[in-house]
Parts: sequence; C-alpha cells; structure tokens
Amino acid sequence: MGIPVSVHVRAVEPTRPDLEAGVGRVFAHLRKVDAVLSTWRADSDLLRLQHGEIEEAHAWVADVTELCLEAEERTDGLFRAWRRRDGGRLTYDPTGLVKGWAVAGAAAHLDVVPEISYSIGAGGDIVVGAGRGPSATAPSWRVGIEDPYRAGAVARVLTVRRGAVATSGSAARGAHVVDPRTGWGVARPGSATVVGPELLWADVWATAAWVDPARAGQLMADRDPGYSLVTL
Amino acid sequence: MRRITTWLLSTISALVLLFSYHTSTSSSTATSIVASGAGTDTGSTSGAVPQTGSGSSGSSSGSSSSAAKTYSGDAVSTRFGDVQVEITVKHGKITDATVTQVPWSNGRDQEINSYAVPILNQEAVAQQSAAIDMVSGATYTSQGYLGSLQSAIDQANL
Repeated sequence: MGIPVSVHVRAVEPTRPDLEAGVGRVFAHLRKVDAVLSTWRADSDLLRLQHGEIEEAHAWVADVTELCLEAEERTDGLFRAWRRRDGGRLTYDPTGLVKGWAVAGAAAHLDVVPEISYSIGAGGDIVVGAGRGPSATAPSWRVGIEDPYRAGAVARVLTVRRGAVATSGSAARGAHVVDPRTGWGVARPGSATVVGPELLWADVWATAAWVDPARAGQLMADRDPGYSLVTL
Repeated sequence: MRRITTWLLSTISALVLLFSYHTSTSSSTATSIVASGAGTDTGSTSGAVPQTGSGSSGSSSGSSSSAAKTYSGDAVSTRFGDVQVEITVKHGKITDATVTQVPWSNGRDQEINSYAVPILNQEAVAQQSAAIDMVSGATYTSQGYLGSLQSAIDQANL
C-alpha cells in the first residue's frame, strides 16, 4: 500500500500464540488488500480489471467502489474517487478510501484476541481498540497530531481508548489532495484531523475537511455526529 | 501503459509487539496497564515537542543499559535506489538517527538528498517521545526513510 504500518499491542503476555497469530493476520490482510486494490502494481485485480485483462475481480473491488459512492454522497462530493483528466478521460482511484478501510479491516483480526489493547499506525492513520474481555484492561493511548507548521513537533494530544484518528493535509506531500469541485490541489498549509469510531469514515471525513473545513464540519455534524474535527 | 507517477512502494514494516509496560520504579513483571507520563489526561492538550519523562510508555522492558546501542533498519528499496536508516538508542530514547544508504547515483539524487536527509534525521530525533504513543499526520513522502526508520525502531523495541 506504499505506507509503513506498525502494530502495537499491550498484553500481560505479549508472546501468546493467539496474539501473534492475530498480528500475523493483520499484515496478511493488508498484503491481500494490496494485491487486489493497488493502483501502482500492474498485477492488482483493480488495475487488471481497468486494463481489460480480466472481467471479474475479487469482491473487494465492488465493495470499495460502493463505499466510494457512499462517501461521495455523504460528503456532498467533497470526497470523490473519480476524477476527470485532461482529454475528458474519467479515472477511478479509490486509494484515499482504501487505506482507512484496509487498516480497519485488518484491525478486526485483533478485536477477537482476548485481553489486549492495541493500536495500529498506518501512514498517519491511527486505529485504537481492545480485544475481547473486560474493557477495564484497555488503557488509553495518547495520540499526537503532528504540527503541520513545524516538522517533527506535535500540536495536540488526544487520549483515545477505542476509535480512529485520521489526518489529511499538505505538510508531507504538498497539494496532493484534489478539490473535486475545481480539479485543483488544495495548496494551503495546515491539516484536518478527524476522530471517531471507524477509521474508514474518519479518513473520508478528514479528506473532505481538508478540502473544505467549514462545509465538512457542517455535514459531519448533521450526518455523522459521532465524528469530531480538529483543524490546524 | 499506465504511467506510475508516484514512488510509493509496498512495504509493510515488521510487526511490532510492544511488550507490557511497567513504571520506571518497578522491575517486576509487566502489567497490562500503561503508566504513561505524569498524570492522566482526559482530554486534549496542546504542547510543542513532547517532554520525555519517567515512566514513559515508550520504553520496553529490557532496555535499561547505560551504553548507547545502534540499530540499523532494513534497507528499503525505492524506485531510485536503496534507503537505509540507523538509529542510536540510549536509555530507551533515540539520540541520533542517520541515513546510512541513500540514492546518490546522480547529481539530482545528491542535490535532493543532501537537503532532505539532514531534515529527516532531525525530525526523527525531535519527534520521538515517551509521552506520546502514536502520531497522526499527513503521510510522509519519504517512504524509504520512514520504512527503514520504522524497522530500526522495531528492532530496538521502542
């Protein structure tokens, strides 16, 4: 997927076989997502489908496409996986949604492991959760939001027990998030961070909020009130 | 033929299992509750570079030696060449981070990396924190650097 991923687990016995197996499944899930949905590996299901090499693909391609449609509707078009290129050609790139969806799916493999607390970091997205068992053993994780104006510094610290944190901005890759309404990259400095129950939607809303913080904030309050926005 | 316009690479860093935490005053077996920093936070706080304090949630159960130890991350191959990062760890904190391998084969590589690498090294040392578990931010461009840095951190059990 082109991003470094690390899995952090707190448990009384971290070397338990069921725990190690669970973490193994996390990475296996991400590798599988990469094999199916990568937009830069020519042998991914998605690209082979787009190039007409195959007619049927893994069910995840359809799942992700449906989610992209829902995300576009929910954000009133602030998030959009389809883009019109020069020459009028319409291209489909679900990468912005796939990352959060993939990591959330991978984290599910740890939700079934008893008596643990975990945090997965994937290229700036964070998901925090606990395995099965009494949640009294689930300590909080302190999640910093990177300061977009000062490299290496942390601007805010959130305490999360269960949930997701996703950040979108221009600090690292410049204006790589495109405003679907204009076709131009969003080039102002700063960042938008969304905290909420599911990483998929935290990611989508963070991208939407980076494009238009005021509008996204309003829509989030109406349509996804469990999510909150921090803009820097 | 589809033109690859980004140099993302599919690296999945080695799995990290952070061992159970214990406070700095206790040498008994680890518990499942984290003793993180001073006091408990129920909300968000603003701060600059985080303070490193005792009882940090970042220290693993084994790193109490006073000698500095160096960990070399795996070399990560990128479209332009290999990138490799080495970190020096003392008392469970990263005190230095240096790039030991970087694409350097042509003038453009040298121009970019002579500027970018010192900045990345400084970031790695400034950002590491005992009071913060994870950091959310816009994805880094320097995939090779971050991949190798992460693998070095993983090996050091930080």
